[in-house]
Amino acid sequence: MLFIKLRNILCACLALTVLTFPGPVLAEYGLNLTQGVTPISREVYDLHMTILWVVTVIAILVFAVMFWSIFHHRKSKGAVAAQFHHSTGAEIAWTIIPILILVAMAVPATQVLIKMEETEDTEMTIKITGYQWKWHYDYMNEGFDFFSALDETSNTIRQLKSGLNPDEHENYLLEVDNPVVVPVNTRIRLLTTAADVIHAWWVPDLGWKRDAIPGFINDNWTYIEEPGTYRGQCAELCGRDHGFMPIVLKAVSKEEYADWADEMKLAAAAAADESGKTFTMEESMAKGEDVYKTQCAACHQANGEGLPGAFPALKGGAIATGDLPGHLDIVINGKAGTAMAAFGGQLNDAELAAVITYERNAWGNDTGDLVQPADIKAAR
Amino acid sequence: MRPVNKTTGKLALLAVAMFGFGYLLVPIYNVFCDITGLNGKTGEINIADVDPMAVDRHRTVTVEFDTNLRELPWEFVVEERKVSVHPGEIGEAVFRVRNTSDRDVIGRAIPSVAPTQASVYFDKTECFCFEEQSLRAGEEKEMVVRFVVNTELPLRFASLVLSYTFFEVPDNKTVNRNEAGFQIKNKS
Amino acid sequence: MSEAVAHHDDLHDHKPTGIGRWLFSTNHKDIGTMYLVFALIMFFVGGAMAMIIRAELFQPGLQYVDPLFFNSMTTMHALIMIFGAVMPAGVGLANWLIPMMIGAPDMALPRMNNMSFWILPFAFAMLLSTLFMSGGAPNGGWTMYPPLVTQLNDAFPFLIFTVHFLGISSIMGAINIIATVFNMRAPGMSFMKLPLFVWTWIITAFLLIASLPVLAGAVTMLLTDKYFGTSFFDAAGGGDPVMFQHIFWFFGHPEVYILILPAFGIVSQIIPTFARKPLFGYESMVYATASIAFLSFFVWAHHMFTVGMPLAGELFFMYATMSIAVPTGVKIFNWVATMWKGSMTFETPMLFAIAFVMLFSIGGFTGLMMAITPVDFQYHDTYFIVAHFHYVLVPGAVFALFAAIYYWLPKWTGHMYDEKLGKLHFWLSVISVNVLFFPQHFIGLAGMPRRIPDYNMQFAEWNMISSLGGFVFGLSQLLFVWVVIKCIRGGEKASDQVWEGAHGLEWTLSSPPPFHSFTTPPRVTDAVAHS
Repeated sequence: MLFIKLRNILCACLALTVLTFPGPVLAEYGLNLTQGVTPISREVYDLHMTILWVVTVIAILVFAVMFWSIFHHRKSKGAVAAQFHHSTGAEIAWTIIPILILVAMAVPATQVLIKMEETEDTEMTIKITGYQWKWHYDYMNEGFDFFSALDETSNTIRQLKSGLNPDEHENYLLEVDNPVVVPVNTRIRLLTTAADVIHAWWVPDLGWKRDAIPGFINDNWTYIEEPGTYRGQCAELCGRDHGFMPIVLKAVSKEEYADWADEMKLAAAAAADESGKTFTMEESMAKGEDVYKTQCAACHQANGEGLPGAFPALKGGAIATGDLPGHLDIVINGKAGTAMAAFGGQLNDAELAAVITYERNAWGNDTGDLVQPADIKAAR
Repeated sequence: MRPVNKTTGKLALLAVAMFGFGYLLVPIYNVFCDITGLNGKTGEINIADVDPMAVDRHRTVTVEFDTNLRELPWEFVVEERKVSVHPGEIGEAVFRVRNTSDRDVIGRAIPSVAPTQASVYFDKTECFCFEEQSLRAGEEKEMVVRFVVNTELPLRFASLVLSYTFFEVPDNKTVNRNEAGFQIKNKS
Repeated sequence: MSEAVAHHDDLHDHKPTGIGRWLFSTNHKDIGTMYLVFALIMFFVGGAMAMIIRAELFQPGLQYVDPLFFNSMTTMHALIMIFGAVMPAGVGLANWLIPMMIGAPDMALPRMNNMSFWILPFAFAMLLSTLFMSGGAPNGGWTMYPPLVTQLNDAFPFLIFTVHFLGISSIMGAINIIATVFNMRAPGMSFMKLPLFVWTWIITAFLLIASLPVLAGAVTMLLTDKYFGTSFFDAAGGGDPVMFQHIFWFFGHPEVYILILPAFGIVSQIIPTFARKPLFGYESMVYATASIAFLSFFVWAHHMFTVGMPLAGELFFMYATMSIAVPTGVKIFNWVATMWKGSMTFETPMLFAIAFVMLFSIGGFTGLMMAITPVDFQYHDTYFIVAHFHYVLVPGAVFALFAAIYYWLPKWTGHMYDEKLGKLHFWLSVISVNVLFFPQHFIGLAGMPRRIPDYNMQFAEWNMISSLGGFVFGLSQLLFVWVVIKCIRGGEKASDQVWEGAHGLEWTLSSPPPFHSFTTPPRVTDAVAHS
């Protein structure tokens, strides 16, 4: 019995500590929900704390009665059992009082929910598409878009039995190659959808998560008040690398955002130019290796050996060493009924040419084939 | 009949009925979507029924257009990504698809409106969605969507998004609609 | 008493021996034993998978398994624990106890009883065989959401047909239970005199019959979507993947109560015995259980608030879910009131029952927090959810099952179990289970999604503590097996009543009870009814 009591005290202390510490301190120790950086996320946090308090108080009361009884109404203390087996008054009371508490909780919950579902006009729209296993951000009013995948350092460390220490990377598994940048104090519409399976886009500091469902768009909005870098993860199981498609959201001042957007537009134009270029073998292999690492290595592995039964090997594999048109077709159009996506829609001609060149010449495949962007254009 | 068998029979019947109910949930869900606008089920309206006098000129609603391709060697763009309309007025969006591959491809577009609750107030007069679009290699096609935002759209909705996603229909499958309104791909 | 039962008695007058006794058994006690043994084996198979999960999560980085295999482990762990351990254990107890509690010689449909058990080993052999298939075992989560689940290769049809078989088995078991209680009660055993364990099982059986066929329908749709060209859930063909979630959770939420209601029944038997005081509010317990079961069909969408529902839908499911707290609260208060002013002793079954009341309540409280839709947008699919449902299922359902075994084992075997070892098992379990699951609340709130094999350093400390708790909890269960085996082999002779405060028909039989429980119907007086 002593143990139950001790544990109860411990739990209560823990709960009290959780409740009395200021939010930011707690976030550091990872004990409680974040307050976040939007008006909505703060309201969600307050609602969370209110209900946590309510249930904690109820729990303490109920358990106190139970433990009082356990200590005093025991046979070893000579307690004689009473024989009552109902009490209409008590039964009515403990039906009505919980109903009243529930109603009291439902009111603020309803208010916050209605506020979250409001759809005033927004100043900008970003469409977020979940892919297995990366995110795609389309700045619909700006005319540029990009993929955002797990950063290379995390990706190296997280390989099975890599022997590398995750401790050495501060934002291990919470860092990406291309963060999504947004201006502060701007009402932003975030549309979520998916290309293959259901994903869920979640940045805790925004106060919500929303599923990304193939074929449908979900509508959300946010209004970030503090500049900063906010991290999140995919929250709906989406296959093998579900745990490895983080989200990094950078909120910057409106001026900084405008500069960044200009740069992105220029980069998009430059990438379009590349499609007309002719690459040497060295250029192609170098570019191809980069593309391979971010796009293909998750399944086919960095060493090209794949995973038997799940993802075929490219090293010495029938596709990568077989005829070129077949290889082009499967990369561009994907393979129905498998996890092999159609990369024709995800990569540009130059990237596709480079990665196919890489796959046909790396790991001792040495076919000597050099694919140019023009070949991709013809094969599409 | 023995009472035990009677009970057993009734319960077995209940189990079978609940199996049927599982399937019944499909049309129920469809009806539910029609009412709530989930699932991109927008309203329909005849051009002739649009009353030009009913246009609410005090209010403007922005409609954004979004295009998606899933595993399809096409280009799919919209001429203008954002338009402003008054509720009750006929709006128009021109979508363009181009088959960039050297083979014939059949695609089908699935519509989706955000926020979902507004989709029942979004009436389309013409739409290319749900129907098969067949494009020969290199062929280009223009598709027009005409729509009316219902004047009864609640005030809290100031902007809508109309999204289309094109999926490829494999050429060995043709399309029929079953009674529940769902399309069944028949293998030929 | 029906003639068929009398006929059946004639057939099996003597106790069959050898392997045939088990293979062709139509005896409720033998079948009950087989269910319980099977559940225990599955508990360890599913537990081994949980150990793999906790070992991989012990520290950040991937040390032991590929992420795909990790996903298989979470998926299979859930399927095995739900359908292989907790549900069969509940059915096993029902088989053993219901005829003894209502004064019947056996179950109403003994041959169907045999069949419903023997489907299970084959179904699970089928499911476990997928571990050796190319592409691996099911890894899309036990919820089987499309389109992810359709990416599964060879294992896919095995998964679907396993679910079908398990469904058929459970439905047959449920039909048998209802047929038994409705037709074979001893004279004078009116419905309002039934022990609460029997009541919770009637309600559970109805939930099974009403919800499992819906799951069967949903997985059949998955099957035809993948192989026969339908597109119920395929957006490309005009279907909607979210519809699967609606149909699945229409089954899934009642399923939650299928797992927990028999536990309510068990605890309602045990607490009065060791408080030496009648159960407080018998009638309100029955009505509360029935209303929880009824409400369970109207709250399913709270499992999927983040799919993007219309506001009215979100509000409806929020209010409906919150309302379940009322009858659940009534049950908790009734148990506490039963203890109040009793004359309590704390044998192992009582310890487990008290731990159940307290720890299940913690799971209930976090459940209430999740009912609040706007906050659930944060909680959804994080470790907070994992902590919540493990609190209601492990120190909830599983602890109640332990309590039941300790409580009725002396009756079944005729020997007392080793009380010292039983108490040791309890203390090890109750401490380690909290070390295992309580920290998961913290990592969930701090932002760790569920179903991930690797994580950022900020979650490292609590994950390590949780894993340590997990290993201790896992090992402690070996002690339980030892206690049970020891008790079966021998021990202090148990009296017929076994426990000083025990009431009910099963305690009027000898320990161990005769092969056919009540060959002549007992007279049910108020004194023996209502434990």
